[in-house]
Amino acid sequence: MAATVDTVERVESITADKYKYGFVTDIEMESAPIGLSEDTVRFISAKKEEPSWMLEWRLKAYRHWLTMKEPNWAKIGYDPIDYQDTYFFAAPKQKVAPKSLDEVDPELLRTYEKLGIPLKEQEVLAGVAVDYVFDSVSVATTFRAKLEEAGVLFMPISEAIINHPDLVKKYMGTVVPTSDNYFAALNSAVFTDGSFVYVPKGVHCPMELSTYFRINAQNTGQFERTLIIADDDTYVSYLEGCTAPMRDENQLHAAVVELVAHENAEIKYSTVQNWYPGDEEGKGGIYNFVTKRAKCAGANSKVSWTQVETGSAVTWKYPSCILQGDNSQGEFYSIAITNNMQQADTGTKMVHIGKNTRSRIISKGISAGKAQNTYRGLVKALPRASNARNFTQCDSLLIGDRCGAHTVPYIESSNSSARIEHEATTSKVSEDQLFYCRQRGIPEEEALALIVNGFCKEVLQELPMEFAVEAQKLVAISLEGSVG
Amino acid sequence: MLKISNLHAAIESENKPILKGVNLEIGAGEIHAIMGPNGSGKSTLSYVLSGRDGYEVTDGSVDFSGEDLMEMEPEERAAAGLFLAFQYPVEIPGVQTMTFLRTALNEIRKARSEKEIDAVGFLKLVREKCKSLNISDEMMKRAVNVGFSGGEKKRNETLQMAVLEPKLAVLDETDSGLDIDALRVVADGVNALRSPNRSMLVITHYQRLLDYIVPDKVHVMANGRIVKSGGKELALELEEHGYAQYEAA
Ligand SMILES: Nc1ncnc2c1ncn2[C@@H]1O[C@H](COP(=O)(O)OP(=O)(O)OP(=O)(O)O)[C@@H](O)[C@H]1O
Ligand SMILES: [Mg+2]
Repeated sequence: MAATVDTVERVESITADKYKYGFVTDIEMESAPIGLSEDTVRFISAKKEEPSWMLEWRLKAYRHWLTMKEPNWAKIGYDPIDYQDTYFFAAPKQKVAPKSLDEVDPELLRTYEKLGIPLKEQEVLAGVAVDYVFDSVSVATTFRAKLEEAGVLFMPISEAIINHPDLVKKYMGTVVPTSDNYFAALNSAVFTDGSFVYVPKGVHCPMELSTYFRINAQNTGQFERTLIIADDDTYVSYLEGCTAPMRDENQLHAAVVELVAHENAEIKYSTVQNWYPGDEEGKGGIYNFVTKRAKCAGANSKVSWTQVETGSAVTWKYPSCILQGDNSQGEFYSIAITNNMQQADTGTKMVHIGKNTRSRIISKGISAGKAQNTYRGLVKALPRASNARNFTQCDSLLIGDRCGAHTVPYIESSNSSARIEHEATTSKVSEDQLFYCRQRGIPEEEALALIVNGFCKEVLQELPMEFAVEAQKLVAISLEGSVG
Repeated sequence: MLKISNLHAAIESENKPILKGVNLEIGAGEIHAIMGPNGSGKSTLSYVLSGRDGYEVTDGSVDFSGEDLMEMEPEERAAAGLFLAFQYPVEIPGVQTMTFLRTALNEIRKARSEKEIDAVGFLKLVREKCKSLNISDEMMKRAVNVGFSGGEKKRNETLQMAVLEPKLAVLDETDSGLDIDALRVVADGVNALRSPNRSMLVITHYQRLLDYIVPDKVHVMANGRIVKSGGKELALELEEHGYAQYEAA
């Protein structure tokens, strides 16, 4: 029907200037020399005034990285990254950590305002402790006192390396080894900052922990490193959200996130990711290669990953759970929206090691324009994983007929009592649905957002309240201009 | 209120003419019924009036309260007060009926520069309407039309009409698939909405509905045209003799 073509055309008219968060903050940068070498690694370590064990750890990772090759098995294609043409370190020039917002660079505060997250309002209204990561250095940490009272450690990882070296040494690299993969090795060598959380035994973290990541400096690869440890009998919910300004060149982002859940501990990790996806030809977007992994080390531990991915030119991301403790549980709830030339290859790995371990995967992929969206999931049950259970549901929604959705499930079971279920569906936003909404007075763009949000409902409802509202808006923004 | 003049429309993709010169005038507060054999173009007329894609208007015009209806987007027609109760209501998985309807009402209000209604006010409004239509508001918590029985879908259309309070409602076989009690509920609902400034166009195959919703005028549609118009007694006549004489014409 002609109407379908019409919709496709309108979907494709999404333009780069629609990207609301595309602006650059003008703050003086202090950068490492361009390119990557042992000297770069030493420069970063020295800048951060790190102890020597940390430098050694980085150098070991760097030397290993040199022996590795970039993976090319994912269903994505991109221009090769020239690591010698990338800056690996940029920090806003601000020597002493600010004690209050008055001490924070006003230019930076304006940036947050443009993002619609006025710091003060956030603090007061949301009651969330925010550890903003602006480029590579954390600039403001709030609510720290209240968390300290509860005994929860929440700080930039650079600070933890200096003030809590025993915890960092004990856990860093135990979930994602430095040699794990190409991008993880790179991150281990040159990571600049990120968050550190430690929840001591028996503590229910009194608030949601939140970090806003934001890429700003031109040509600066971002290498965040996050480490969250939930000791026995604890609960913690961590929110990560990102936006990035408009760019001409592709920017590399290779983060590593490690989660450790001990006995009866529960970690909920939610991400809303909205990095610049590039223009209609895919030029200028973010390359996002992330290694996120959780170890359910203790019995009855639980980890939930919830992610809403709308940005990036290229996404390569598989938040995973190693279900080691008996009765431990892993969950993965994902919404991935790709439009225009965006490519996403994402999914999860659930590795069942302990007895009675359970995992649940709900993946919702939405493609528009000429975008490609791939779900890649591995469910593995090892010989000791008696009665392991997995349920996987992958739903794809297509808008127009030039985009693609692919589902690639891998199942490896070495225990006959393990039960693994996989369901997959593919559907299209129908003209009938759009017309029904419009007949009721809902303009096409809002109608599409409504339909897509409905499709994603099972995942959206896993997000903490405030975040869910934001995520819904994001779904609408990322499909904005697609019709009408 | 509504004046359709010599309306010709074709299925765009197949260049297939369906409406072949429809003339129809409905005054404010009037209820008109359209009857006619399967495939005569009744639903097509409702779609062309409401602006669904895929139809090409090749001739004629439609005036709606002084505005050229054919020049407007579907959502603009809705904001101007046109409502279509679908013959086949559409399912929208994951979207709560309550959310859907509130979004619709607020979009219409926005388009009219009226104040939007908040969640609490809306809930109150819906409860009232449900009560007056004798419909359980449990339906409002379910996804739009998903898993609804045929009759529930039709009731849901009636409820939406009651909430959106249109100037002109086109009801496309809202009575089909309803049991006798439900038919009464829908008809009572429609009658309750009768007002001097609200008109209705009721498409039906059954004379029975017109016992409940008494029309000012009855039209027979055959082969893309209104071939006969009369009072409510015309429906009885059709019941007795069928459409044979009109189809031959
Ligand atoms: N998309 C389409 N492509 C081709 N023909 C179509 C299409 N839609 C409708 N038609 C044809 O147009 C004619 C009129 O259909 P319409 O649905 O308006 O009839 P109707 O009077 O509502 O019938 P019923 O009483 O069965 O509901 C029919 O012959 C139908 O097959
Ligand atoms: Mg019909």
